Amino acid sequence: MRALFCLLLAGAGACASAPSQATTSPTPARDSTQADAGRGGTSTPNADPFPSTYVPFASRTTVIRNVTILTAAGPMIRNGAILLQNGKIAAVGATVDAPADALAIDGAGKYVTPGIIDDHSHLGVYAAPGGNALSDGNEATSPTTPQVWAEHSVWPQDPQFPRNLAGGVTTLQVLPGSANLIGGRSVVLKVVPGRTVQAMKFPGAKYGLKMACGENPKRVYGQRGGPSTRMGNVAGYRAAWIKAVDYRRKWDKWNADHKGDPPARDLGNETLAEVLRGNILVHNHCYRADEMAQMIDISHEFGYKIRSFHHGVEAYKIADLLAKEGIAGSLWADWGSFKMEALDAVKANMALVDHAGARVVVHSDDPSGSQRLNQEAAKAMEAGAEIGLPVSEDQAIKWLTINPAWALGLDDKIGSLEKGKNADVVLWTGDPFSVYSKPEKVWIDGALLYDRLDPSEQWRTDFELGFVPFNRN
Amino acid sequence: MISYKLASRLAAALSLSVIAALPCASQTIAITGGKVYPVSGPPIENGTVIITNGKIAAVGANVAIPAGAQRIDATGKIVTPGFVDASTQLGVQEVAAVNDTRDMSARGKDNIAAAFRVWEGLNPNSVLLAPARKEGVTTFVIVPTGGLVSGQAALVDVVPGTTTEMILKAPVAMVAVVGDPLSVGLASRGEVIGKLRELLDDTKFFQTHRDAFDRAQTRPFAASRLDLEAMIPVVEGKLPLLVAVDRASDIDAAMRLARDYNVKLMISSGAEAWMMADKIAAARIPVLTGAMNNIPAGFAALGQRQENAGLLRKAGVEVALIGNAGGGDEEAFNVRNIKQEAGNAVSYGMTWDDALRAVTLVPAEVFGASDRVGALKPGLEGNVVVWSGDPFEFTTRAEHVFVRGREYTDRTRQDLLVERYRNLPSTHNTPPLQ
Repeated sequence: MRALFCLLLAGAGACASAPSQATTSPTPARDSTQADAGRGGTSTPNADPFPSTYVPFASRTTVIRNVTILTAAGPMIRNGAILLQNGKIAAVGATVDAPADALAIDGAGKYVTPGIIDDHSHLGVYAAPGGNALSDGNEATSPTTPQVWAEHSVWPQDPQFPRNLAGGVTTLQVLPGSANLIGGRSVVLKVVPGRTVQAMKFPGAKYGLKMACGENPKRVYGQRGGPSTRMGNVAGYRAAWIKAVDYRRKWDKWNADHKGDPPARDLGNETLAEVLRGNILVHNHCYRADEMAQMIDISHEFGYKIRSFHHGVEAYKIADLLAKEGIAGSLWADWGSFKMEALDAVKANMALVDHAGARVVVHSDDPSGSQRLNQEAAKAMEAGAEIGLPVSEDQAIKWLTINPAWALGLDDKIGSLEKGKNADVVLWTGDPFSVYSKPEKVWIDGALLYDRLDPSEQWRTDFELGFVPFNRN
Repeated sequence: MISYKLASRLAAALSLSVIAALPCASQTIAITGGKVYPVSGPPIENGTVIITNGKIAAVGANVAIPAGAQRIDATGKIVTPGFVDASTQLGVQEVAAVNDTRDMSARGKDNIAAAFRVWEGLNPNSVLLAPARKEGVTTFVIVPTGGLVSGQAALVDVVPGTTTEMILKAPVAMVAVVGDPLSVGLASRGEVIGKLRELLDDTKFFQTHRDAFDRAQTRPFAASRLDLEAMIPVVEGKLPLLVAVDRASDIDAAMRLARDYNVKLMISSGAEAWMMADKIAAARIPVLTGAMNNIPAGFAALGQRQENAGLLRKAGVEVALIGNAGGGDEEAFNVRNIKQEAGNAVSYGMTWDDALRAVTLVPAEVFGASDRVGALKPGLEGNVVVWSGDPFEFTTRAEHVFVRGREYTDRTRQDLLVERYRNLPSTHNTPPLQ
């Protein structure tokens, strides 16, 4: 079999590196001067029990010239340049001044974009190769589990991580599944190799709370204690929030006066109280327009904000409401018909929601789709054009970068190519909205972590060693 | 108000069904000026395609246009055969999570359902047919799923009418699954292969001892009479055995089985087929696979990679591209994304011409229907698409789609939803029908 691999991979230059396959996982030196000390949580009394230990990988000052730049912060720059220095974007424009020792990359015919951000991933919690042993995404033992945290299920050796990176994805929100009304905390990860999940955690990122509407909770719990109906679902959310409001009040009071013993701790309510304080962002799986409107009313009743509706196949029916409420739509380009609540999917969903003034996020919920979010956006752009709502590349790049950055509360750090932001950058072989374009190089915090042209330097997870008989290119 | 609504509703219903169902088979259509890809031959700049009486009448650079022909100006555009998706559940699955809209599987006896003719459950009124056709898929193969022997596949055109009218050819293959023993109540891969060998043995025995069987003078068989009956064309080498299989060793086992029983083998899914490319090519076994999956999604698919299709083709294997990314209902709702698979196949090593063949002529040939569809050649069905540009690119639209010589422009259910919600009212009322 080995001989066959060599034959097949000869063109890609993999033969030479085949013997060293077992050690090709890059573990470049960390650059500790860039350590971005940040606290991932604020819940009282223990604000951040699993702090990020992420340290950027060693980077080299790099300038890319003669390249088309989609900045997600303004009009496209043709034949422009971008300078990555000390992990940050140091300059971007028609021309930039670069130090003499900067690594210079000629980007002729190529495109540069911010790193893609997928705000709906289950990488690590539903790791490949799958099966029961790695099925860690739904704590399907109770419909309300705000006490669970996705990061405690993430397997850093999930081979899907490097594949996402190769698709230009630099930041992921890993969410619990949608079996539960309240599924637990999400975690925001950088798509980097790490021995621990803490080493992948985005420093300073807020947590998210996963909630889910509709068919999934009632299907999972219908035969085991409920909820078995949509009205049961809504009663479940409200019951949880009623307790959370009460919990928050007691703790806020104790935090203010420290009188007597502190109230008893409750893990689930700690999370929900943080949502009520605005420190955790709600990501609500919800397909149907009518249910989204009801979830909005529930958020008003208890005084929290929904940051983004995920899936939202009927978002186009209430696009005005999403715009008014300032809620993003994390959407698919064309998924539909796989269940009743996905029946009314239309390819123009993103264009219609965007046109109404709401934030569109291209999300995946899928380890394959997340590698081609650019292609998903391109399909949605075309669907818009077809109904007379053309979407410019300058707008569509926002769906992939700054809008999901906003959904994660990280739009001050990532999501656009602006001076001072983290140097999460993708160099594409061509127009990212073409089916023929692929990420050629991907930088996170200025460190080159993926290079399609050099398979020997590509990140291979522990799992892949020996098992996966090829290097990606 | 009520009468307005009723009238609109009627109009919507009409646009969905009646208008779409009027055949104009006697019409002559001349598509002129485009770059024509007959697929069965080299591309023709400024070519003409003539469709008469539902069939392709002429294709070439210097073709006389019959008087009275309806002309379609395809200048600057690309003309191809209608796309063929070689593995779908279109028409036998409407809503995946609604069981009574799913008709792609049979219970069978001991997971053997060879007699199952999946097209008996085909719903010509499925709302998923028109969106596929709108994006250039004119023909598809309905493949039964599940079990050890899943049943018989059919090749159909996306035309209105009855199941019989839609079918081009049925059966086109017997479908089996190798390498997933637990799903069929068996304990190991070897047991799966053993079970298939037993079935093939029994089929041969049954074929020559039918009288004894009818007199109840044969030993018990591994399958029912109807299933054995259905397997006869397979052991005769007349009906291909389409095996869903991923792991290289399972592909090898399926190939050994096929050799031993002289069965005409086809492989679908084939995650690790690239590891066996030379052997598969030498055995002239076609592979149906995609180009949008690189996930080691199980221990049987550790070698899954997007270069699979390109590597197989390079080795000389006939490759038909099918949806394999595994999300978004690619088997029915998103059959239209077969062109995205083709684009990605090109991106991962297949030539553009081979990718076009892989969604047109190859599936037609491997299912024995290249005399009907898959190319632009006189005598074939008038399944033709005029594309605004490269058919694999996202910015390209299928501007004219002909199936059996008739152009379809009907609005899909999705179009009707968009029309309804395109302009939202200032209240939460549902917008009026438009």
